[in-house]
Amino acid sequence: MTEQEEKGGFFNRIWALLGRPSKTTSAGMLLFVGLIVGVIFWGSFNWALEVTNTETFCLTCHEMEQNVYREYTGTVHDTNASGVRATCPDCHVPRPWIHKMKRKIQASNEVLHKILGTIDTREKFETHRLTMAKRVWDTMKSTDSRECRNCHNFDAMDISKQNSRARKRHLEAQDMGKTCIDCHKGIAHELPADAFTAEK
Amino acid sequence: MRLEGDIPVKRVLISTIAIFALGAVLMTSAFAGNLGSLRGDATLSEINAAGDINQVIENGRYPANYRQQPPLIPHKIEKYQINLKVNQCMRCHNWQFAAKEGAPKISETHYTDTRTGKKLDDVVAGRWFCTQCHVPQVGAEPLVENTFSK
Repeated sequence: MTEQEEKGGFFNRIWALLGRPSKTTSAGMLLFVGLIVGVIFWGSFNWALEVTNTETFCLTCHEMEQNVYREYTGTVHDTNASGVRATCPDCHVPRPWIHKMKRKIQASNEVLHKILGTIDTREKFETHRLTMAKRVWDTMKSTDSRECRNCHNFDAMDISKQNSRARKRHLEAQDMGKTCIDCHKGIAHELPADAFTAEK
Repeated sequence: MRLEGDIPVKRVLISTIAIFALGAVLMTSAFAGNLGSLRGDATLSEINAAGDINQVIENGRYPANYRQQPPLIPHKIEKYQINLKVNQCMRCHNWQFAAKEGAPKISETHYTDTRTGKKLDDVVAGRWFCTQCHVPQVGAEPLVENTFSK
């Protein structure tokens, strides 16, 4: 460190300034400035995080746009009578902060494979589809379909408005402690080949 | 200069035109009575009302109308994926799942290869696309009248 200080470069001087205790500024002033800077930093961090949490951001990758998004268009979560939509992050990014951060860190793996071009054609996507689908199913199962339950709630379902078949199966599922993804696979995207053998 | 036979020519012409005119008037009135366009009686400026959408009847099963009728589907299949990779009907109706899901099992005939006569473990390729024969049951009236009777 002393060696570097002797060199007196720009960054070294900044470093030295940060390391030296303040002689002229009050502790109150330092705290206040720190607070303001902290708010700005946290705000912009959150803002950037939310930008990556939009459908538009997801679709900037052609892997998403040309495969999963096109399959999703026209499904009930994309278009329906009431116009309420569930877009990519509503199902694929957890809402609780800690889980959201975990998922965002995992997404760096997706950036790596974007660079490697692992699924940059439809054919490559199809060969990897089963692996990727299973990964999502496993996550959903382990979280008790947390993202589905942001909107769908067993207790809030008016089963008298469901048809007899749905009513029977939903009550049965609730008794057996099943989770949404146990039955509702392939509702927003196509199922992979061998999907039924894979889920057993 | 007047030619002989000038007057008969004129008479023939006049009567012919009169007959054609009469015929034309009669035919227009006849067609107007009997023919309707595919749009029905609506005039060009009118917009026909859309036909009713036949709702799938999900309570109970319709009886078969004839002996070899492919059974009707008593539920909606609108979003079911049936393609080269996956057939979602199989998730409940294939033999591995039928009992567990409480769904009717696919007929055993559908596991026999029609060309070789061999019994297979899965539904044979020729029977893969269920909707070629099986359709959801709706309360639709026949589009064209016919003489079919049970």
